[in-house]
Amino acid sequence: MRLLIIGNGMVAHRLVEAVLAEPGLTDWQILVLAEENRPTYDRVALSSYVDSWDPAALTLPGSDYAGQHRVELRLGDPVAHIDRERRVVTTAAGAEHGYEQLVFATGSRPFVPPVPGHDLPGCFVYRTIDDLDAIREAALARRPGRSSALVVGGGLLGLEAAKALRDMGLSPHVVELADRLMPVQIDEGGAGLLRELITALEVTVHTGTGTEAIERDGERLLARLGNGTELDVDLVVWAAGIRPRDELATECGLERGERGGVRTDDACRTGDPRVWAIGECAAVDGKVYGLVAPGYAMAEVVAANLAGQPASLPEPDTATKLKLLGVDVASFGDAHAASEGALEVVFADRVAGTYKKLVVSDDARTLLGGILVGEAGEYGTLRALLGAELPAEPAALLAPAAGGSALAGPDALPGTAQICTCNAVSKAAITGAITEQGADSVAAIKSCTKAGTSCGSCVPMLGKLLTGCGVVQSKALCEHFDASRSELFEIVAATGIGTFSELISRYGTGSGCAVCKPAVASILASLGNGHILGGEQATLQDTNDRFLANMQRNGTYSVVPRIPGGEITPEKLIVLGEIARDFGLYTKITGGQRIDMFGATVEDLPLIWHRLVESGFESGHAYGKALRTVKSCVGQTWCRYGVQDSVALAIELELRYRGLRSPHKLKAGVSGCARECAEARSKDFGIIATENGWNLYVGGNGGANPRHAELLVSDVDRAELIRIIDRYLMFYIRTADRLQRTAAWIEETEGGVEHLREVIVRDSLGICADLEEAMAGHIEHYRCEWREVLEDPEKLGRFVSFVNAPGTPEPGISFRTEREQRVPVALGIPVVAR
Amino acid sequence: MNWIRICRAAELPDGGGRAALLPGQRSIAVFRYRETEYYALSNVDPFSGAPVLAHGILGDAGGEPFVASPIYKQRFSLRTGVCLDEEEVVVATFGVRIRDDLLYVGESALSPLDAVP
Ligand code: SRM
Ligand SMILES: Cc1cc2nc3c(=O)[nH]c(=O)nc-3n(C[C@H](O)[C@H](O)[C@H](O)COP(=O)(O)OP(=O)(O)OC[C@H]3O[C@@H](n4cnc5c(N)ncnc54)[C@H](O)[C@@H]3O)c2cc1C
Ligand code: SF4
Ligand code: FES
Repeated sequence: MRLLIIGNGMVAHRLVEAVLAEPGLTDWQILVLAEENRPTYDRVALSSYVDSWDPAALTLPGSDYAGQHRVELRLGDPVAHIDRERRVVTTAAGAEHGYEQLVFATGSRPFVPPVPGHDLPGCFVYRTIDDLDAIREAALARRPGRSSALVVGGGLLGLEAAKALRDMGLSPHVVELADRLMPVQIDEGGAGLLRELITALEVTVHTGTGTEAIERDGERLLARLGNGTELDVDLVVWAAGIRPRDELATECGLERGERGGVRTDDACRTGDPRVWAIGECAAVDGKVYGLVAPGYAMAEVVAANLAGQPASLPEPDTATKLKLLGVDVASFGDAHAASEGALEVVFADRVAGTYKKLVVSDDARTLLGGILVGEAGEYGTLRALLGAELPAEPAALLAPAAGGSALAGPDALPGTAQICTCNAVSKAAITGAITEQGADSVAAIKSCTKAGTSCGSCVPMLGKLLTGCGVVQSKALCEHFDASRSELFEIVAATGIGTFSELISRYGTGSGCAVCKPAVASILASLGNGHILGGEQATLQDTNDRFLANMQRNGTYSVVPRIPGGEITPEKLIVLGEIARDFGLYTKITGGQRIDMFGATVEDLPLIWHRLVESGFESGHAYGKALRTVKSCVGQTWCRYGVQDSVALAIELELRYRGLRSPHKLKAGVSGCARECAEARSKDFGIIATENGWNLYVGGNGGANPRHAELLVSDVDRAELIRIIDRYLMFYIRTADRLQRTAAWIEETEGGVEHLREVIVRDSLGICADLEEAMAGHIEHYRCEWREVLEDPEKLGRFVSFVNAPGTPEPGISFRTEREQRVPVALGIPVVAR
Repeated sequence: MNWIRICRAAELPDGGGRAALLPGQRSIAVFRYRETEYYALSNVDPFSGAPVLAHGILGDAGGEPFVASPIYKQRFSLRTGVCLDEEEVVVATFGVRIRDDLLYVGESALSPLDAVP
C-alpha cells in the first residue's frame, strides 16, 4: 500500500520516520514528492547556514533514506495537480503517481506585501537554502564598502534575517508595522529592551511604519517608508509573515480554514478520509501553526491514525525563543495575559538590561506564560512548568535574590513536564534514559530519546537532569589527580610549584602517567617555567615535544620551521631547499602555509636546526600543543578586494603568540576582506578585515568536528583586537580541559560565546588586567626552543639514537624512493604474544 | 647470561628512558623509574613496528610501572612487558643490573613470564 507525501520539509520527514517506526505499518511503501532539490534540512536552523554556507551541515540525519527500501524520495519535481477520484497526483514534469493515502506537508510560503517594486531584482524572501544562496550572491556582488539591507518585518523571522545579513557584513535596517518588535510574542516593556539590544548589534530599527514602495536607484534600491524615511539599500528581504501553501488542496476541492490552510479535524484528516494535512500547511480545527513542534505532533498523530490507533492533536506548544546570538529573548504560553483573571508579575532591571514577566493564574499558583528579554536562562525550567503548580512565589522565581532564584532547576518539575518540546520528550523519558538505559552524557540522551536534536534550546536542561540523576561527569584528570586541568592550573599558579614531582607529591598520588605528565608539562610551560626540556620536564613531554620534532610512523622525525603568516623570502626558500637536499628529507608544503621536511633521524635534528637557526629560522612548534600558524591571505597590498593589510597583521600575531603553550594546539587566520581566503573562521581565532577595522571570530575548528568560529567583536582597531585576543588566549589556557580545542571549550562553557564576551570584552570577572599581564610575560620571555637546545650541550647530548652507540643509525629504519623523494619503507610489525 | 655494559646509570634521566643497541643490531630501551629502579625492554613498539619505546612516557597504573608507546599510546608493564591495554601483546624484557654505577643488560631476552619482578 502506498502512502504519498507531498513535500519533504521537516514535518514530512518526521512522518516518514514515524511510519517506519510503527510496527503496525510495515506493509506501507512511502513515496515523497518534493519541490526543493535537496534532502530534508533543518529549516529552523536556516540562519546558521551563513556560518558555513554548507548545506550538508543542515541536512537532517537519515533524510536521504539510503538503504530504506520502503521509502522513495523524488526531488525537484513538485506536485501540480491532484485527482482525488482516481487517487492519482500529477507532477509538474508530468509524472503520475497513485496513492492509497495522501498527506499534504507543503508548508508555507513567505508573504510578500504587494507594494510597488516588491519583486525588483534585489528583493528576496527568507525561507529556503536557495533563498539564502541568492541573498549571499547579491550581497557579495555589491560595490566595495559596507552594503546595507532592508528587512521588512520585525518579528522572529525578520530579526533572524537581520542578524544573518549582519553576519554577511551588511548593515541591516528592520521595518516593523506594529509599534514594537516581535509584537506577537512580546509585550511593550520587553520590546523596549529588545529594541535596545538589537540596536546594539548594529541593526537599525524602524517601528510603527510600513514599507510603501521599492524603487530602482541606479545599482541600488530606494525604499520609501510610510513615515517619510527613504533608505538607500543594496537588497531587500521580505520577512513579513507566512501563508500556508493550500492552493493545491483548494484546487482539488478540499476545504480551506478561515485564515487559510488545508482544513482538517483534530486528527489532521481532511474532508476526504484518504487525505491528511500536517505541518504549516494544515489548519487543524481551523488553526494554523507556524512552528515545528506542533507539526511534529501532527506527524505522530497521522502515523498513529494510519496504524488504526485513534489519536488527536494535543494542545500544541507555541513557546518561542529567539535564536539570535547575543540577544536572549523567550516567550511562552499566554505571554500577553489573555486568559481570564490572569495576573502579571514583572521584574525589569534597566541597569542589568533584563526584562522578565510571568503570567500566572488568578490565585498566583499556576504558571500560564511568560516573557524573558535580555537573559533567558530560566526559559527551560519555566517553559516546562507551564500549567503546573509553581514551586515558589512568582516574584521569587524571577528576582535574583540572595542565593539565586528559587528555580532549583529541573528538580522542581513533574515527570510529565515536557523538557524537549520539539520532540515531545518528557522529563520522565529523559530520566528513564539516564537511569535505565545508562545514558551518561548529553550525547547519549540525544541518541536514546531524540531530545535536544532540533532547536537545541533544551540542551542545558539535559545537562542539569544528568547532574540531578547523580551522573557525575568526572573532571578528574586521571587516576593520579582528582583535580581537573583548570584546577591544577590554578594550583600551580597560586603555589608557584615548578616541578611535576612536587605537584604530584602534594596534590596527587602514584607516579603519574601519559595523561597527567604532558598536561602538567603544558601548564608549567604556559606559566613560564623555563625550557620544556629543562631538568625533570624533559621526561614529562609527549613524544613530539621530547625531541622538538614530530615523530613519524617509522620512528624518524619531521622538521617544520616557522614561516610567520606564510610569507617567505626567496633566500629563505633556497635555504630550505638546500637543507632538505643535503639531509635527504622528503619535502612538502603543508596545509598551514609552511614547509615540512620529513625523515630526519634523531642525530640529524640538531645539525638541521643548526643550519636553520643560522639562516634566521626558528621553531615552528609543529610538535607542541602551542600556537601553530597564523594563516594569511595576500590582502590589501596586492589583492584588488583587500581592505586591510592581512599579511602584516598575521605576521604580527604569529610572532606575538609564538611559543605559547596551551591545552591544545592553536591556529589562527587573517583575511583581508569578507571573501575570507585565509579561512579564518575555521581557526581557533580568526580575523576578517572590514572597512572600519577588524572582526574577531573565535572557536573555529577544522579536523574531525569542524565548527565555524563565532563573531566576538566587530570593527575594532588593531590595538583593541590584540588586547582581546591576549585575554581570550590566556582565559582559554587557564580554564580549558586537557586536549580541548577552543571550539569544544566554548561549546562546553555555559553561555558560550556570550559568556566569553562578558568575561573578556566586558571584564565581568575583573580578570582582564591579569590575563593581559600574563600574556605580556609570555611575550617578554619567549625564546626559540631550538636555539636554546643548540646552545646547551647537556640537552644536545640527548639527540642520539643509542646511549651506548652514538652516531649509529637505528637499524630498523630504511627508505625507498617515490616521485623522486625518499619515503619510509613500511615497517614489519613483529608478532609477540604470550 | 652474558651481561652487556650499556652506560653509566646517571646517564638515564629519572622517570625516562634511552635506546641502546645490543650485539646483533638489536634495539632495546632502558628505563629508570622512581630513581632506583631500572628496567630493559625491547625498543620495538609491537603495534607500529617502530623502534621507539625508549621515548615513551613512564607512569604507573594502580602501582604497576609502565611505559606508554609514543606512537599509539598503549602501555607496557616495565616489569613483565605485558601490554596493559591488550594483554595478549607482550614485548620482550631483559635483565638489568647495576655494578659500580654502571648499567648492564642481560643479553638474551627473558621470556615474558619469567621476567624478574
Ligand atoms: C603536516 C600537516 C599535513 C600537511 O601535509 O599539510 C599536518 C600533519 C599532522 N597533523 Fe594536522 N597537519 C597539518 C594541517 C592541519 C590542518 C589544516 C590547517 O591547519 O589549516 C588541520 C585542520 C585544522 C584544525 O586543526 O582545526 C589539521 C588537523 C589535525 C588534527 C585534528 C584536530 C582537531 O581538532 O580535530 C590532528 C590531531 C590532533 O591534533 O589531535 C592533527 C595532527 C597532525 C599530526 C601532528 C599527527 C601526528 O600526531 O603525527 C601530523 C604530523 C605532522 C608531522 O609529522 O610533521 N592535525 N592539520 C599540516 C601541517 C600544518 C603546519 O604547517 O603546521
Ligand atoms: C528562518 C526560519 C527560522 C525558523 N525558526 C523556527 C524556530 O525557532 N522554531 C520553530 O518551531 N519554527 C521555526 N521556523 C518554522 C519552521 O521551520 C517550520 O515550522 C517548519 O519547517 C515547518 O515544516 P513543514 O514541513 O510543515 O514545512 P516546510 O519546511 O516549509 O516544508 C514544506 C516543503 O514542501 C515543499 N512543497 C510545497 N509545495 C509542494 C508541492 N506542490 N509539491 C512538492 N513539494 C512541495 C516545499 O518546497 C517545502 O520543501 C523557522 C522558519 C524559518 C524560515
Ligand atoms: S580574502 Fe584576501 S585574497 Fe581574498 S579577496 Fe580578500 S583580500 Fe583578496
Ligand atoms: S526543545 Fe528543541 S530540541 Fe529540544
